[in-house]
Amino acid sequence: MLRVCLKGANSAARKCLCGNGVPLHPLQQCRSYTSGGSGSSAGKIVAASVLTVGGGVGGTILYANWDPKFRANVEKSIPYSDQVFGLALGPAAPPPVINKPRKVEPVQISSMSEMWKDSKQPKAKEVEKKAEQPDAEGPPAPAPQETLEEASAQVAQILSAIGEVPSVPAPGTHEAEAVPPPAALKGVPAAAAKCTECEHEPAVKERPEGEVAARLAEQDKAEQDLLTSLSSNLEDALGSTAKVTLQAIGAQEAALQAIAQHTRQLREAMEAEAPPDKKSTQWRVLEDALSERSRSVDEAGAAVLKAKAELDKLRGVIDGAKHLKIAAARPSILAAEENLHSMVVDLDSVVTRVQTAQSEAKIVSQYSELVNEAKAQFQKELNSITPEIQANWKGLRKLTQDDLNSLIAHAHRRIDQMNRELAEQRVREQIHIDSALEQQKLEDKKALEVAVSTALEHNREQMRLEQEKKVEETREVMEAEMRTQLRRQAAAHTDHLRDVLKVQEQELRSEAEEILNSSLMEKETEYRRLTQDQLDSFTLDMNAAYARLKGMEEAIDSHVIAEEEARKAHQLWLSVEALNYTLKTAALNDPTEPLEGAVQAIKESCAEDEFAQALATALPSESLSRGVYSEASLRARFYAIRQLARRVALIDETRNSLYQYFLSYLQAMLLFEKAQEAPPAKLSAEDLDTFKLLSYAAYSLEHGDLELAAKLVNQLKGESRRVAQDWLKEARLTLETKQVVSLLSAYANAVGLGTTMAP
Amino acid sequence: MSEKELGKKLDRCLADSAVKLGAGLGLGIVFSVVFFKRHTWPVAFGLGMGLGMAYTNCQNDLRAPYLIQRNIKVSNATKY
Repeated sequence: MLRVCLKGANSAARKCLCGNGVPLHPLQQCRSYTSGGSGSSAGKIVAASVLTVGGGVGGTILYANWDPKFRANVEKSIPYSDQVFGLALGPAAPPPVINKPRKVEPVQISSMSEMWKDSKQPKAKEVEKKAEQPDAEGPPAPAPQETLEEASAQVAQILSAIGEVPSVPAPGTHEAEAVPPPAALKGVPAAAAKCTECEHEPAVKERPEGEVAARLAEQDKAEQDLLTSLSSNLEDALGSTAKVTLQAIGAQEAALQAIAQHTRQLREAMEAEAPPDKKSTQWRVLEDALSERSRSVDEAGAAVLKAKAELDKLRGVIDGAKHLKIAAARPSILAAEENLHSMVVDLDSVVTRVQTAQSEAKIVSQYSELVNEAKAQFQKELNSITPEIQANWKGLRKLTQDDLNSLIAHAHRRIDQMNRELAEQRVREQIHIDSALEQQKLEDKKALEVAVSTALEHNREQMRLEQEKKVEETREVMEAEMRTQLRRQAAAHTDHLRDVLKVQEQELRSEAEEILNSSLMEKETEYRRLTQDQLDSFTLDMNAAYARLKGMEEAIDSHVIAEEEARKAHQLWLSVEALNYTLKTAALNDPTEPLEGAVQAIKESCAEDEFAQALATALPSESLSRGVYSEASLRARFYAIRQLARRVALIDETRNSLYQYFLSYLQAMLLFEKAQEAPPAKLSAEDLDTFKLLSYAAYSLEHGDLELAAKLVNQLKGESRRVAQDWLKEARLTLETKQVVSLLSAYANAVGLGTTMAP
Repeated sequence: MSEKELGKKLDRCLADSAVKLGAGLGLGIVFSVVFFKRHTWPVAFGLGMGLGMAYTNCQNDLRAPYLIQRNIKVSNATKY
């Protein structure tokens, strides 16, 4: 940011600087920039940039809130923007899940269970379709047509039901719609449960086979339960109703009997002119009979009410059972209905009988009432005439003649009156009879109508029952037929399947056998080939191994020999090396170890090698016993000898006085010769000078040529010679030993070389 | 060692000369004192005698290998 504003300030400053040659506008800008100073311009730049960035971010967030795709894009492209979005907007909504099609129709391989299920399924459909029928209780006539149509539809369904998804809910929903609102008496919990069960499946969803089968089993079980409960209900209701009806009928019969008896007794009482005491008993009996009749009539009425109630209840139960729409319950329902109908009929007949008896009894009672009224009136008249006899009507014997006369007169008068009334009555008889007839006709008509209506009702009911029975029968027959057909189809299907399976089995078996055989053959040949290969390779290997073994044995034998040789050579070489080493053990001014041991070792190591033996014996005995001096020590010693030899250079046999010694010393002091001078190839006479010789010898010693040095030293004469004698001897020994040793080592090397194998 | 011989000889010479000189001196002194009334000539004489003897001894010693002796065979003498 700072850099930006600095850059801006710089550019502004530069513009200002080069603004002189530029048109007026930038100058003005520059002026404003320069006038304000860099602080405010930087502040302005900062503010502008902050605003821009904030605007951009806010806009992005707002748009992302509105468009989730944009948000996803931004989150993908810019890191950590998802966190910013999460802070600002909350988590992004998950992408909408693509719903699979609700109803997938899988093609299922038909199996026995599937077939069973399918056979069950149309049956269930049948049941459900049939159960819908009792709802349409109205027209029984179109019912058979309906059943036929239903049957045909069902057949069509069955034919196409093999691959169909179990759509059990569909009839369920249809069922739910078709069920009319149940009345209060139809409080069968099972039906309600079933309806709720149906209503639980509003949406058509695919369900697995097992579930459908389970559901069907459930339904069956529910049906069975319903059936059992229903049948038990019906039986109970029937039983109770029958009992009550029988009771009612019995009561009615009893009432009838009582009424008949009462009427009879009344008539008897009315008509018979028994003596008074019997009359009183008769009246009492009559009263009893009346009371009995009333009681029995009441009882009968109550019983009838109860029976009617029970019948209604039974009807309600039957209706409820009908509403359940269970096919298996139909016959029992029908039977219950028939029973109901018969009971109703019986009850009605008994009730009509009772009613007729009651009407008769009414007539008789009316008659008796009239009689009683007449009697009462007569009594009143009598009492009006003879009031005092009223008290003891029974003690009729104490009546006076007047009373009797008045009584007779009253009786005569009454008889006249009666005759008159009778005449009148006879006159009015026809009219009365006509009116009575008319009334009777009316009543008869009414009764007829009632009877006709009841009879019609009964007939209708009967017919309906018959029709239902017929329908039931036909349905059963058709169901049986359907079942047989289905069974046949199922059997055919199973047979077909069995055949197909058998054929397939045969085919597969033959195929499998073929494959097995071919693979077996292959494997066998493979195995044989492999074993043969193995054998061959084994034989080859064995042969090769044997040959190699033989070769190896030969090689080993030759090796053994060669190694023996090599060993010997090596030993020789080692011993020679040991000898060489002993030569090197010469310390300065000390001789080496005595070479005897090494030489002995050599002698032992090459017992059968003559050359080596000869060489070994050629060594000087002193080297064996005492050892030899090294070249270096000899060289060092030579310088001392040289000095001395120089000093006694003049001394020999002729000159050996002390004066000569002095002179010789003086000569040595005064004479200077080259320290080292290369000896010529041939020594001339003047080369035999001591000093020259000594310088030659020094030179050759310095150049490692002990032999030449020894030779030169050997040329010394006189005292110099005597002085160098020992040195010479030592040199000679060393040279000899060295020569022999080098010969031996060369020989050993040669022998070793000869024995080693060429790589 | 043959080269050490000369040195040994010279050492012997010196030792001998020292002894002889000393002896000579001593005798000379003695003789001078005893016999010749402290004259220096006996000392000198003795010294001289001593020196002469030493010289001769030394010379003889140094010559020794070259002297032909009667008991050594010629073939052995020509060995050097």
